[in-house]
Amino acid sequence: MNQAIRHSWVAAIAMFALIFGAISYVQVIGADELKANPWNQRAILQNYCNDRGAIIVGGSPVAESVEGTSETCKFQRTYPQPEPYAGITGYFSQNFGATGLEQAMGEVLTGNSDQLFLDRVGQLFLGNQPKGASVELTIDPEIQQLAYSLIPDGQRGSIVVTNPKTGAILAMVSKPSYDPNQIATQDPDAETANINELLKVPGINLNPNVSGPTGELLAPGSVYKLVDTAAALASGKYNKDSVLPNPAQMPFEGIQYTLPNYAGGNCYTRDTAGFAFALQQSCNTPFASIALDLGRDAIAEQAEKFGFGEDMGDQLKLDYARGNGFPDDLDAPGLAQSAIGQKDVRATPLQVALMTAAIANDGVQMRPNLIKALRSPDLRVIDEPQPQQLRTSTTPEIANQITEWMVSAVSEGIANRAAVPGVQVAGKTGTAELGNGTNNSWFTGFAPANNPQVGVTIVMEGVDITTGAQLTSPNAKRIFEAVLNK
Amino acid sequence: MSQLSTTPKPRRNVELALLLLALAVGIGANMLVGVDQEKAFDSDFWFQSSLLAVAALVFHGVLRFRAKYADPVILPLVVALNGLGLAMIHRLDAPDADTGNNQLRWTLIAMAVAIAVIWFLKDHRVLRRFTFISLAASALLLILPLIPGISAGEILGARVWIRLGPMTFQPGEVAKITLAIFFAGYLSSNRDLILLAGRKVGPLQFPRFKDMGPMITAWLVSIGVLIFQRDLGSSVLFFGLFIVMIYVATSRISWVVIGLALILGGGFAASRVFSHVELRISGWLNAFTPEVYGRSPGGSGQIVQGLFGMANGGLVGTGLGQGRPDLVPFANSDMIIASLGEELGLVGLFAVVLMYLLLFTRGFRAALGTRDAFGKLLACGLSFAVALQCFVVIGGVTRLIPLTGLTTPFLAAGGSSLLANWIIVGLLLMISHTARGPVDTTPLRPGEATESMGIDTPTEAVKHS
Repeated sequence: MNQAIRHSWVAAIAMFALIFGAISYVQVIGADELKANPWNQRAILQNYCNDRGAIIVGGSPVAESVEGTSETCKFQRTYPQPEPYAGITGYFSQNFGATGLEQAMGEVLTGNSDQLFLDRVGQLFLGNQPKGASVELTIDPEIQQLAYSLIPDGQRGSIVVTNPKTGAILAMVSKPSYDPNQIATQDPDAETANINELLKVPGINLNPNVSGPTGELLAPGSVYKLVDTAAALASGKYNKDSVLPNPAQMPFEGIQYTLPNYAGGNCYTRDTAGFAFALQQSCNTPFASIALDLGRDAIAEQAEKFGFGEDMGDQLKLDYARGNGFPDDLDAPGLAQSAIGQKDVRATPLQVALMTAAIANDGVQMRPNLIKALRSPDLRVIDEPQPQQLRTSTTPEIANQITEWMVSAVSEGIANRAAVPGVQVAGKTGTAELGNGTNNSWFTGFAPANNPQVGVTIVMEGVDITTGAQLTSPNAKRIFEAVLNK
Repeated sequence: MSQLSTTPKPRRNVELALLLLALAVGIGANMLVGVDQEKAFDSDFWFQSSLLAVAALVFHGVLRFRAKYADPVILPLVVALNGLGLAMIHRLDAPDADTGNNQLRWTLIAMAVAIAVIWFLKDHRVLRRFTFISLAASALLLILPLIPGISAGEILGARVWIRLGPMTFQPGEVAKITLAIFFAGYLSSNRDLILLAGRKVGPLQFPRFKDMGPMITAWLVSIGVLIFQRDLGSSVLFFGLFIVMIYVATSRISWVVIGLALILGGGFAASRVFSHVELRISGWLNAFTPEVYGRSPGGSGQIVQGLFGMANGGLVGTGLGQGRPDLVPFANSDMIIASLGEELGLVGLFAVVLMYLLLFTRGFRAALGTRDAFGKLLACGLSFAVALQCFVVIGGVTRLIPLTGLTTPFLAAGGSSLLANWIIVGLLLMISHTARGPVDTTPLRPGEATESMGIDTPTEAVKHS
């Protein structure tokens, strides 16, 4: 009998061994996976009332935790300049989680990042309240405010301002925007009511992954001709003196459809054109013919090298849309339309900005970077991302050649309203027809052309030709001036 | 083994020292849970702490007087677990809730009943006379929740509660004790028949059909509970209890084989026939799929939230009062293990599980040491029941096995569970008292039969004490 009792005890011990194993798995081995589960609110809730680090722009916070009035929560998250920065900061909400940098930099802002290990040990022994690290952005507050004000209220649009040499993002705005304070309120009922109200506003998508400069995939129109130009020069079949066919209408075998040049411009004055003229006047048929000549793969490869449909590196921190790159399975008219940034070609404003930055920076695309520095609670710098190359988009020769033509597009062509007196500005406009009589109107460019300090990409969505022309190149000029006169 | 010649020692002072340590754990925890909240040193804290301490010391005094050779580790272990449970329940109480005081009330009632058991029973062997009364009592207790008027109806999908005035009570908890008494009594009387009669098939010796009567009864009780009360956990517990006791009585592994075959077969059939069993199993296997997560009833939200809590606790826990165990449904009862795991971490939860391990180990130790077959079977059965119950609950919370509705002994909020488990402690203490005490070979009283009591030779008993 005693032997059987011992065996029963062994069976009980075996069951407990399984329990010890299961507890170890849940609490240690598999814990990270469980913590990362999207249903797990703890990461947010646990730190919700803590002194979360600030997001800082030019020395002042755009997101910070201040001592609140609530009895249950010591700190309240506030956004002192809500709308211009909402697309970057995102919100920090008890019910709806976090988005934007609030989400991406969560570990740092709560102070849980490994980089803050020593600070945490210090807090442990000193018994201090946990305090998060702050995140300093590359954004220039004056440029950000200016860019935000340049998009009229009620107009959908985005502006991205970069430093082409470092990849630093100086401004990134879009409208319509929202006030993250409404979602960060500690009154759960108000929070839900506010978010439901915001979701009714057309054009507002609270998920930065699908709205604004990083998330909205738009037809790029003629700015895409820069891809064709680079592909043509890289192929060796074309050089700076090549003469391109420039018919007013490009016919296709066997079908009625013809691809036209824009009727309102100066393209119709010539049957053939050099690159300079074709880019200055943004003629369609020369670039369509290049695409048909080189074939789909050559254009797709160049688009990929400019980063369309590709990874943006790890310094942006924000989620972004990649899109699918240049379309597959194109017939001749489809290829011709795609080559001028129409049909199914889509790109985010940030991708277009990166293409331009690569041209400005001798063909080298830098990692887009929003983070200037991470600072521990005692303001010590714990991380300072350095400029890093993302990819080589084209050769310096080709980049400089395209720059020259973009300069002439501003000095002599249809982008002339972007010209800044005394400065060589390189630019390219684009007008992507949306099929309902309105267009996405683009400008992308940089200045000074010989020593680029600033790249500007603007898109205004759903505008007529005149409005688009007013809201793109002239606004680019104001941003160029603002940055260069600093 | 080297203690063959030593005289038995009461070790009551050891118990007192351990008891003070246990109270320090429980009361210290209760203090910590309030530090960061408004509950710090509130009236509830003083009230609960002092009453728990007084009750524990009274219990200790009773042992000094009535069962001075009882195992000195059991009471401190249980007081520590009970104190931790009180602290966690107090911590989880919403400002206007009173679960903590209710738990304390039940703790005091349960301790009083356990003291009464020790005081009036004097010797566990007396219970053997109630073998068949225990069977009847078990049947009655199990049927009670199904009787209209007494039944509290269906609560959370199970019909296991009855109404006692303003309170609800789960008679099944007490039934596990009466069933253990019946099994122990029946098996200690009939083990020879079961052992010797029967056919041998291959390496397995199968008992005669008529000797399998209690086995069949247990099987039917278990299935019956499952069908009528939708209480999966209790049926597993009753069945496991019976398998272990018949195995210990006969030392035949064939019973374990038959039992496991029946339980697997029954479980499989149940999962096919009963939707709530099927829901439990799919909720366990597919816990992380959205449709199962949000499903009601039978969704996995509770267990998944519990896992999140435990993961959040990690190695050392968030600290008492610092986590968010309140996000888990039933955080103070079914999921209290997850709450403790979150705030005490792996380290703290291991300590809690180790306390259970020590507790049932001391129970098995009493089973080894006591000299009568009835006492051996009872102590072994009750100890194994505690272990199995912990396994089913903690295994369920950690998603090792499907989650069933059993309570965590001494920790979870709930009066019936506390009462039943304290009675088990009383019985184990009494059995350990005879196990560790001086050998008493005199018959209980004139007329009390000794021939079938299965008294082993004293030497063997001393060997293991």
